[in-house]
Amino acid sequence: MTVIYVTRKIEFSASHLYHNPALSAEENRRIFGKCNNPHGHGHNYVLEVTVAGEPDPVTGMVLDLKELKDILQREIIERMDHRFLNYEVAELAGQVPTCENIARTIWRLLEPKIVKGRLHRIRLYETPDLFVDCLRDGTDGAPR
Amino acid sequence: MKLELTRRYRFSASHRLHAAKLSEEENRRVYGKCNNPYGHGHNYVLEVSVCGPVDPVTGMIANLGDLDAFVERQVLAEFDHRNLNEDVQAFRETVPTAENLCKEAYARLRKFPTARVERVRLEETSLNSFEYAGEDRERIAK
Repeated sequence: MTVIYVTRKIEFSASHLYHNPALSAEENRRIFGKCNNPHGHGHNYVLEVTVAGEPDPVTGMVLDLKELKDILQREIIERMDHRFLNYEVAELAGQVPTCENIARTIWRLLEPKIVKGRLHRIRLYETPDLFVDCLRDGTDGAPR
Repeated sequence: MKLELTRRYRFSASHRLHAAKLSEEENRRVYGKCNNPYGHGHNYVLEVSVCGPVDPVTGMIANLGDLDAFVERQVLAEFDHRNLNEDVQAFRETVPTAENLCKEAYARLRKFPTARVERVRLEETSLNSFEYAGEDRERIAK
C-alpha cells in the first residue's frame, strides 16, 4: 500500500481579539498583551490541508482536488474570510480565537467532509513565523 | 487530534567546521570551504515546536510571551551575533555543524516548563534544514 499525501493551500483574512470574560480586565491584559486590544486586529491566515490516501486506480487521484477546493471554499472561506472571528463565526463562540482554537475548529469542520482519503494534517499559519499543526491521533483534541 | 504550535526565530552567527581529530588535509577534504580558517556566517532560522493540551481559559498550548522569553534566554542571547566556536562553551570541543546546533538547541529548550518541546528545526540557509526530536524517533516521523 502506497499512501500519498496531498496538500492544498488557501488564504483567508480575518480579525480577532483575545479576551476571556471569565478573567478580569487586568488579567486579560497581562496574559494576552496587545492581542487583548479591545477593537481587535487582523491577520492573513494561510491554511494547508493535507489528505492521505491511496491513488484511485482509475483516476490516479487520492481525491478530486476540485472537490477539496469546494469544501474549503464552503466550510472555511465563506465562514471565516473577511470576518471578525469572535463575533461572526458560530463555531468559535465562547472560545478565545487563538491559532490553536481556530485550527482545532477547522479540523472539526473539515474532518467529516473529507470522505475520499482522510484528513491527515492541517497547518494554520497566523503569521509566517507562527503556525499550529493539527494531526490525527484518534482524539478530538479536547484537554484531558 | 494532536495539536502542535511552532514559532520561528532568527539568529546570525559565524562558525568554522574543523574537527580536532582530523588532519589539516582531512579537514579541508571533509569540510571544504566551511573549513576556511577565519570562519564564515549564516542567518539561521530556528523553529521550535511545542505540544500539549490547549488551556481552556487562555486557548493556548503555551503563552507566546513565555516561549519567546525562554528561547531568547536559552538560545538566542548566547548564539546571536556570536562566533559559535569561540563564544559558546558547547562548541569549544564539538564541531558547530547544523546537526550539532540542533542537538544543543534541543537540549537547552527541552526544559521549557509549560509545554513539551516536540522538536527543533534549524535552517542554516534557505536550501538546507535539520530537525531533531531527541532520541524518540517516532516523534520526528509524523
